[in-house]
Amino acid sequence: MWEYTDKVKEHFLNPHNVGEIENPDGVAEVGSLACGDALKLTFKLDENKRIKDAKFKTFGCASAIASSSALTEIIKGMTVDEALKVSNKDIAQYLGGLPDEKMHCSVMGKQALEKAVENYRGAPALESGAKIICECFGVTDKEIERAIRENNLSTVEDVTNYTKAGGGCGGCQDAIQQILERVKAEPKTDNKPKLTNIQKIRMIEETIEREIRPSLKQDGGDIEIIDIIGNRVIVAMRGACSTCKASEITLKDFVQHRLQELVSPDITVEEAAK
Amino acid sequence: MKTIYLDNNATTQVAQEVLDVMMPYFRDLYGNPSSMHTFGGQVGQRIRAAREQVATLLGALPEEIVFTSCGTESDNSAIRSALTTRPDKKHIVISRVEHPAVRTLCSHLGMQGYKITELPVDKNGILDLENLEKSLTPDTAIVSLMWGNNETGVLFPVEAAAMMAHEKGILFHTDAVQATGKIPINMKNNVIDMLSISGHKLHAPKGIGVLYIRRGTKFSPFLIGGHQEKERRGGTENTPSIIGLGKACELAAKNMAQENTNVRKLRDKLEKELLKKIPQSRVNGDVENRLPNTTNISFEFIEGEAILLLMNELGICASSGSACTSGSLQPSHVLRAMGVPFTMAHGSIRFSLSIYNTEEEVDFVIEKMPPIIERLRGMSPFWNQKGQACTNQ
Repeated sequence: MWEYTDKVKEHFLNPHNVGEIENPDGVAEVGSLACGDALKLTFKLDENKRIKDAKFKTFGCASAIASSSALTEIIKGMTVDEALKVSNKDIAQYLGGLPDEKMHCSVMGKQALEKAVENYRGAPALESGAKIICECFGVTDKEIERAIRENNLSTVEDVTNYTKAGGGCGGCQDAIQQILERVKAEPKTDNKPKLTNIQKIRMIEETIEREIRPSLKQDGGDIEIIDIIGNRVIVAMRGACSTCKASEITLKDFVQHRLQELVSPDITVEEAAK
Repeated sequence: MKTIYLDNNATTQVAQEVLDVMMPYFRDLYGNPSSMHTFGGQVGQRIRAAREQVATLLGALPEEIVFTSCGTESDNSAIRSALTTRPDKKHIVISRVEHPAVRTLCSHLGMQGYKITELPVDKNGILDLENLEKSLTPDTAIVSLMWGNNETGVLFPVEAAAMMAHEKGILFHTDAVQATGKIPINMKNNVIDMLSISGHKLHAPKGIGVLYIRRGTKFSPFLIGGHQEKERRGGTENTPSIIGLGKACELAAKNMAQENTNVRKLRDKLEKELLKKIPQSRVNGDVENRLPNTTNISFEFIEGEAILLLMNELGICASSGSACTSGSLQPSHVLRAMGVPFTMAHGSIRFSLSIYNTEEEVDFVIEKMPPIIERLRGMSPFWNQKGQACTNQ
């Protein structure tokens, strides 16, 4: 038996806003019968472009129905921009939490909301550049990445609990692992404390020493810091690099990229005048 | 609120008669049956009587009965013993609809290098013996097929299957956890080598099981320890539960007729009325060839967990094969093996009755189910206002 909060039970037994709005401003359908849950969301705006009414129809378990009910309650009165900021976590929190295995129900709510807003704005339904990773449940790489970032997920099992991806045939679990590793390697810009100048200089030095110089040395090259002015890092290329025609590319695509990733996204790298 | 318990394939209520015979053995008669003194020895005598009661229900010899802790232990013991006593053979045949006690064990054995064949079933959950015949090889150590399916109640022709295995010198085990007490079993009339029973499915307590081992069958114990159970299962006997199970088997023999008349009648009424009152519903599994107490009904376009929780609000207990109730994301492996469409499998509900259910209870469920289904369909995006399926979905 699932450990549902009273709030989940309340929204399951007496769901708010069941139904479909006629001539809605935004409409979306996510999930499918095969998945085991599906949600149709409709909303209507008032003259101030705020969500006047939102209704849902859901096929799914108690937490899917409760999440849909919570979602419609949360977004009423919001502008579409405000509504887009509602995350699956907000939906789960509104319900006093959901069991881990049921987090995908809140993600489904978030997906429906985004699609409905896209529909309102006349935008394409599929996120641009998104690729289906989980064929069984039709989950894209973008959806997986977002779930990982927003909920700080660390295992394939977590991803399955939140998005369903990998829960069917299991054939995409390797691909999910790769996405996890990719997202983990991303710089967490928001969480980084602001660096003092001294700290920043030290970090740049350390990063060049540890992460960059060994690679260049493998190719017979080297790098030296000439100066650091704010976010501008002035370097000189040595050894094989100094005569290499591709050193400009090395500088931007490798050195600058690594420093942006590991120290600060604002860093630019320039080569000192020869 | 009164509980209406229609989930007897999950577990059953301990019979009052069973509880009564067990009680003295918790506190007053707590002796160890292996002891030399009379205080313990008298418990040993009582266990012998229980072994005879179990043997009588099965048409077996008392020495063929080994008490275990549960059906899962019995299944594990049987299959592992076959592999240990036939170390040169590396092939196991089971079906796709076996209980996890067999299926998960075999998938682990598969990782250890054993070859596992999972026989398919047809859309009604029926096993084709021709497929079994084809699957048997000189490398096959054991065939393990369940007698009655826990989800659908469908019966397998295990006696014929055992003959087939025997002709090729292969051991045969059956998980009879659901069948025992519901259909007649007589081990004198078949060649099944090993058979598993679980106490709590036939009104004995949880934590007691039996492995029947035909006389003359080579056996290698799973739990190794003292000389209990003729060195076929180490560990001090669970005396109150063994004595309780003995009584439960005696009662089961007595109630078998009732199981196949009254219980069957109630099950059939429940099934017939629900199918009549609720459109887009159907029975999963062969309706002729199944346990008398079980029906598995799918209600299309809604999800099983939601149905169960609304039933729960009225005190009605049942089970579902939906993904959301299993903890995994896929609906029941049994329904999938039968090729039940996902749209049906997600909304499947299993009702399993016992001799303790009454006609009033069944009538109450018949009255309450249609509004529950209607309410959830009213919320479903696949069901339109006119009470029909949206065909474009």
